[in-house]
Amino acid sequence: MTTVTADHKAGDGTFDFYPTEEHHHPEGHSTMLGFWIYLMSDCLIFAILFACYAVLGGNYAAGPAPKDLFDLNLIAINTAMLLFSSITYGFALLQMQKGSVKGTQLWLAITGLFGLAFLAIEIYEFQHLIHLGATPQRSAFLSAFFTLVGTHGLHVTFGLIWLVTLLVQLNKHGLVAANKRRVMCLSMFWHFLDVIWIGVFTVVYLMGVLQ
Amino acid sequence: MLSQLSKTHARLRLLPLVAASLPLLSGCGLVVLEPAGDVAQQQGDLIVLSTMLMLLVIVPVMLLTIYFAWRYRQKNKQATYKPDWDHSTQLELVIWAAPLLIIICLGAVTWVSTHLLDPYRPLARTAPGQPVAEDVKPLEVNVVALDWKWLFIYPEQGVATVNEFAAPVDRPIRFRISASSVMNSFYIPALAGQVYAMPGMETKLHGVFNKTGEFEGFSANYSGAGFSNMRFAAKSLSAADFDQWVAKVKGGQEGTLDRMAYLKLETPSEKEPARHFASVEPNIFDAIVNMCVEPGKMCAHDMMSIDAKGGAGIAGIQNVREVTYDKLAARGTGDFARWSVRYVAALCSSPLMSTNAGPDATPVNPAPLSGAGLPRPDAAPQKTALAVPAAVTGTIS
Amino acid sequence: MASTLPTETHPILGKLSMSAFPLHEPIVVATFVAVVLGGLGVVALLTKFKLWGYLWKEWFTTVDHKRIGIMYMILGLIMFLRGFADAIMMRIQQAIAFNGSEGYLNAHHYDQIFTAHGVIMIFFVAMPFITGLMNYLVPLQIGARDVSFPFLNNFSFWMTTAGAVLVMISLFVGEFAQTGWLAYPPLSGSTYSPNVGVDYYIWALQIAGVGTTLSGINLIVTILKLRAPGMGLMKMPVFTWTSLCANVLIVASFPVLTAVLALLTLDRYVGTNFFTNDLGGSPMMYINLIWIWGHPEVYILILPLFGVFSEVASTFSGKRLFGYTSMVYATICITILSYLVWLHHFFTMGSGASVNSFFGIATMVISIPTGAKLFNWLFTMYRGRIRYELPMMWTIAFMLTFVIGGMTGVLLAVPPADFVLHNSLFLIAHFHNVIIGGVLFGLFAAINFWWPKAFGYKLDVFWGKISFWCWVVGFWMAFMPLYILGLMGVTRRMRVFDDPSLQIWFVVAGIGAAILAVGVAAMLVQFAVSIWRRKELRDETGDPWNGRTLEWATSSPPPDYNFAFTPNIRDLDAWHDMKQSGAQRHTSGFKDIHMPSNTGTGIILSGLCLVMGFALIWHIWWLAAGSFAAVIAGAIYHTFNYKRDFYISATTVTETEDARTRQLADAAGA
Repeated sequence: MTTVTADHKAGDGTFDFYPTEEHHHPEGHSTMLGFWIYLMSDCLIFAILFACYAVLGGNYAAGPAPKDLFDLNLIAINTAMLLFSSITYGFALLQMQKGSVKGTQLWLAITGLFGLAFLAIEIYEFQHLIHLGATPQRSAFLSAFFTLVGTHGLHVTFGLIWLVTLLVQLNKHGLVAANKRRVMCLSMFWHFLDVIWIGVFTVVYLMGVLQ
Repeated sequence: MLSQLSKTHARLRLLPLVAASLPLLSGCGLVVLEPAGDVAQQQGDLIVLSTMLMLLVIVPVMLLTIYFAWRYRQKNKQATYKPDWDHSTQLELVIWAAPLLIIICLGAVTWVSTHLLDPYRPLARTAPGQPVAEDVKPLEVNVVALDWKWLFIYPEQGVATVNEFAAPVDRPIRFRISASSVMNSFYIPALAGQVYAMPGMETKLHGVFNKTGEFEGFSANYSGAGFSNMRFAAKSLSAADFDQWVAKVKGGQEGTLDRMAYLKLETPSEKEPARHFASVEPNIFDAIVNMCVEPGKMCAHDMMSIDAKGGAGIAGIQNVREVTYDKLAARGTGDFARWSVRYVAALCSSPLMSTNAGPDATPVNPAPLSGAGLPRPDAAPQKTALAVPAAVTGTIS
Repeated sequence: MASTLPTETHPILGKLSMSAFPLHEPIVVATFVAVVLGGLGVVALLTKFKLWGYLWKEWFTTVDHKRIGIMYMILGLIMFLRGFADAIMMRIQQAIAFNGSEGYLNAHHYDQIFTAHGVIMIFFVAMPFITGLMNYLVPLQIGARDVSFPFLNNFSFWMTTAGAVLVMISLFVGEFAQTGWLAYPPLSGSTYSPNVGVDYYIWALQIAGVGTTLSGINLIVTILKLRAPGMGLMKMPVFTWTSLCANVLIVASFPVLTAVLALLTLDRYVGTNFFTNDLGGSPMMYINLIWIWGHPEVYILILPLFGVFSEVASTFSGKRLFGYTSMVYATICITILSYLVWLHHFFTMGSGASVNSFFGIATMVISIPTGAKLFNWLFTMYRGRIRYELPMMWTIAFMLTFVIGGMTGVLLAVPPADFVLHNSLFLIAHFHNVIIGGVLFGLFAAINFWWPKAFGYKLDVFWGKISFWCWVVGFWMAFMPLYILGLMGVTRRMRVFDDPSLQIWFVVAGIGAAILAVGVAAMLVQFAVSIWRRKELRDETGDPWNGRTLEWATSSPPPDYNFAFTPNIRDLDAWHDMKQSGAQRHTSGFKDIHMPSNTGTGIILSGLCLVMGFALIWHIWWLAAGSFAAVIAGAIYHTFNYKRDFYISATTVTETEDARTRQLADAAGA
């Protein structure tokens, strides 16, 4: 059962248990995998929030329903902001591939502006709902709505903080390997939030209003 | 198959007792295995049966462990030593198949017994070989878990009691169960298994006493500071004694259990003695389940029908009131947030309809299942709601 | 008592005031005095021997997986003593609260004790123990120099510790939850638990949960990415396999806990209606969600120990593990199935017969791979040469104990049987049977097995045997009566009893607990005696048990870099294979070794999280906001450090390895 593999033979033909050449793991070679697994765990949090929304989303407690509250036009603009930001992030990656620090920074900054616009619209929407009295405390539906959408918004906020940090770091160190890795991780994070938003837009807004 | 087993349960029941070192246990009152009701008895028998099934594999494993541990000790140089032996396809097949077979049997038993003993099903028999006649109506009892006591409402008799439950022997009992504040579990071990009592929800349980006597009931789910003393006497009485008991309750000191009396009753208290309410406001249990005993509060079923129609719109936002009495302040030990005392106000006071007429599942034919195509030995033919795959039945009978 | 808590929130102190300190509870006050005196004593000793700098530089800020592993084990041990003290208090209360006696604990105190016991034992004893074990062993077993994300590892440890510290603070400042260890709403909602107890519970679990999730991600990536050349997945040691599965479970279940606790937090802090009775909330959803985390959690705890038993059985039988492949597949089966059974924790909620049957049968199906594992251990012993050292004794005790626990578990999976046994002491006996008989016995086996690896000397056998027999006998005496009481219809979490015929069983259980206490004490004595006699017990070879896996290939304790040369792997039992083939370690030609640097960021950030948790519990909003901002700022600051590694010079490696060469020569000569 002990089959000697073809490689790892020492000079005399026996198996070389202790090769002297270093088996090298380049720094950060597992960061992407780790970040990917983190994103999946984050995805599970959203899965739970979606599940809660699915269970509680019809419990209006004799209060307002989605069709009374949501303005699809506004949300469509909001969605566009986030989708555009994903595209501009793609441009930032292209620039990074070309090795242009300035280009990367420029497109990242534009991405950030789109993200900011998205957040501003979301805050406006929340503020509007709360002003109406449709607060998270009013019904289980509103609790689930504010929590699901708010958690996404919170993620975008942290993404923006990260993005600004990264802009500064790019300024300081340029496109070193560590920074490239960070740009890639943030890219995964940003697109992940986009995917989640597509889910939110469909399940919460579209299906809510079209009911 | 199950009932066949229960016919021989007297014999079966001896075995685990033998297995579990009996001198200690005999006479210590294992109420779960020796209850006073048919449902609990079947559940207890199932414990014994499942244990026996599993012991079929557990005992050999334990014996082998001890034997191997002794036989292959280091000092025993006679024993074979095969340091590189690590695989045997036949053996692997056996070690996966043995537990698998046991689980197939146990799985079949589980599927059948879970349906037969579903607490939501009306009883089909009161004892082995005694089917419930068509015209027998079960005794209706509504149970409410309060902080920290039990309220029993007898709609048929029009009375209510606190911390005292009585039922005539050999008559099926149908419980509708709810709670006022937090989750509890309604459990009379001598009668039948437990079911959760949850606020704003109704659960059901069916059971029957086969012996007279006084038994113990309690909450089997922790519910706060007074939980330990949430006990009540569960009396199984002869038909005549039960009528007498009802008459006694009708002469009770507490008067009528109306909404105001209920609201007073549900404030937290511990170690409540048995109390008797001579009469009961109709449909109060439905008001409790719908969380609208408080005047002016919207009932859950009204709220649900409004929600099903798409909510009450923007106008509905403001329709929230604050509770004006402090049912909960004494339970919590300090302040509580303002939002925890808000409720939705009723839009109009529609009369509360009893939801008692809700459909129960059909009774199951309790006659033994002896295999595909074979006639059931006794018992009048009844509608069978349970379909057991023939192959599965064959395996265990 | 807590009823004197002020109703208004102070702008600076929040809900905190003098009345938060339970000065009227003599038991708590005495404990507090003892803790303060003990703490001052430790501080004085550390200061006297000038150990603070050493601790900070070598331990608190370390990113070495071995030291972090040891710190996890110490955390687990300390919290175990607290959780065990809670258990003893419960046993005494239940043994005396008969015939109208209220016992010596009031409801407020007793309800906190059983909640704290459960929370501590699961989150702050079992979890740190298994995380510590995995941290210490996995990199060594796969021939790696450290985990994939060493800084994250340090941070995870300190987050777990911060959670534990929060639970300990609740003993002296305010109160702990009085809800049971899973804090079911509506009881745990703001209406029925208005005080800080549940908030302590929430924030302790959230902070520790971050650590657990990150540590899970870390170990998965480590196992997938850092294995020595030649070690394919099916050549990994079984312990590494079970660790991989346990960590997959962690990453796939702890986010659920995080989310569900966050929703409960919103209910309590913001007034949302997720789990309220009114306004459309659904407490049943909480119960479903928490068990979707809770059931996999059980397997997170037991799987790594299954790995331990496999290693121990194979090593001490002097044989290859029987059925490695089926062992691996059994582990994977259990991993997947553990997500399909959560509803068996609440058959009594009224889900209907078909749903209940499905979950009941799914639960039973798990016993098939588990049974197969048991047979595999059995046939590993078959035709072996079994050496009865302590780890093997624990393994045999496990096999005999665990089958009973498994059997009663399957019994509880039969819904109609569960209707009569749910929430009874039978259930309590069942899960202690599997957790003590499985998890704890496994940990004791592991501690006795790998202690020589971690410290370079074996544990004392005499005291180890005393501890062993006390645990085995004490366990059965403490929990057999609970099985019987369960069949007598006695439910859990009761503080006082009516029926005097029950008392004898509680007394027997109390005596059993006392024997267990002797077992715990004997174990502490065992550690102390072993440290004292470490010269006599020293193991120079690094391989005291004739081990089979890679961790025994290096010295005890291993050098910082674990292996001077990363080994090549061609067989399952890599080190056994090397020994058989007469592989010789190199004694020259060492090179610089690339290693991660220590950092204080982990402990600082966790400390800030601890402050934030405390501030949130007491509604000290300015402090919560401030510490949160500081956490974010600290994390960002940390990312500006691009120089996180260093090289151990070839000279240092040569010196270390030369010492090892001499040590081995001495051992061979002696």
